[in-house]
Amino acid sequence: MAHEHKLEIFRGLLKFKSNTQKIWGVLIFLTIVTIVEVVLGILKPEILMGQVLGMKALNWIFIILTIVKAYYITWDFMHMRDELKSLRRMVVWTAIFLILYLIFILLQEGGYVFDVYKDGFVKRDF
Amino acid sequence: MSTTVVNTGTEGKTWGGGNKPLNASYGKMMMWFFIVSDALTFSGFLAAYGFSRFKFIDSWPIADEVFTHFPFLHGVDAPMYYVAFMTFVLIMSSVTMVLAVDAGHHLNKGKVTIYMFLTIIGGLIFVGSQAWEWNTFIKGDYGAIQTKGGNILQFVDTDGHRVALRDFAVAEETYRAEHGRKDGLWFVQEGTLPTYTVDEVINGFEAHDNILVRTQIIDDAGKKTVLSRGESLKLLKENGRTVVEGANLHVNEYGSPLFADFFFFITGFHGFHVFSGVIINIIIFFNVILGTYERRKNYEMVEKVGLYWHFVDLVWVFVFTFFYLV
Repeated sequence: MAHEHKLEIFRGLLKFKSNTQKIWGVLIFLTIVTIVEVVLGILKPEILMGQVLGMKALNWIFIILTIVKAYYITWDFMHMRDELKSLRRMVVWTAIFLILYLIFILLQEGGYVFDVYKDGFVKRDF
Repeated sequence: MSTTVVNTGTEGKTWGGGNKPLNASYGKMMMWFFIVSDALTFSGFLAAYGFSRFKFIDSWPIADEVFTHFPFLHGVDAPMYYVAFMTFVLIMSSVTMVLAVDAGHHLNKGKVTIYMFLTIIGGLIFVGSQAWEWNTFIKGDYGAIQTKGGNILQFVDTDGHRVALRDFAVAEETYRAEHGRKDGLWFVQEGTLPTYTVDEVINGFEAHDNILVRTQIIDDAGKKTVLSRGESLKLLKENGRTVVEGANLHVNEYGSPLFADFFFFITGFHGFHVFSGVIINIIIFFNVILGTYERRKNYEMVEKVGLYWHFVDLVWVFVFTFFYLV
């Protein structure tokens, strides 16, 4: 039955005795990640303000931490960890592929429009 | 009736029917597919937000300066604390939901009831918080001047702290009345007039030496540009057109109107999801109390609504990052 849960997180580094325990463990982890995000957002450390791959390093950290949170919500709260590999891939990869495609196109286009405004004799500052 | 049973010879084979190829029931699988499509809708909105932001990358409002309020703490600069609290409430209600699902697996009606109840309460706190957040955003705080080109000019003192219009504008007696339906054509009216006129703001600006204009343009250090006294006055007099207080779909005292549009649209759409999630949770909650699932010996319905609820939490995690952090 689907009632059996995989009780390991962090690739087996942390094993829980029961499903309830795992839920609380994941909650603690998610809370820590959120606190780290908020503290970084308020402090904005000077070291992390440098540009990495077209964005501030801090913003990359935020995005990565968000994806980490999303992973644990999906895998442990929505029990994706216990589903068959085929269902998991159907749901996850479809969404990831389409979302990456959309983000790439729209952000590329947004940057292009910015350049047109900036260099293309369009006056906005009045 | 036994004569009507047809034997197809495929019983027990993988595609013979009655099978669950993905080991998930029909309802659960459809919930997953709905979630995929809804996730794509939300990513469409967030990507459109990214598009507009990249389009105005050098003049977009800085979220830390927009969301600085906390209930019951007036005049305290509290960037993001309240949103962090909202995030935590939603994660917490996700936890009670998954605990309800777990209790359902053990057919423990009492525990399912309690955890479903706590989940509903968490959802209500979140929706209420969002209403408060909207209210604060719509009312605004400092006020600003909008130029002919639609840019926003805010006011700071010489130390760089924001100054509200009410602190320096000189109110005069005005003769401009709000144009209502009773004054002309029944379908022509205008919105609430701002507290001050542009002239009053300029007069007040001239009377206070320590106030400067801050434009939307972000400099290399990631701060908004502050103009000199002379430039400020020149810009105000030449280009200042309307006084903006708060935000709506047309104007926005925090910067680009698009920021307000996306804020209302995305958090509104998410809030609507939370709201409908609360309603569905309430229905399931009563079903649990009535013992519907007890009799069915199966709490899968709780699991399905749980999937939806976690998805709403998942979306919020992204909205939080892209609206408030990045």
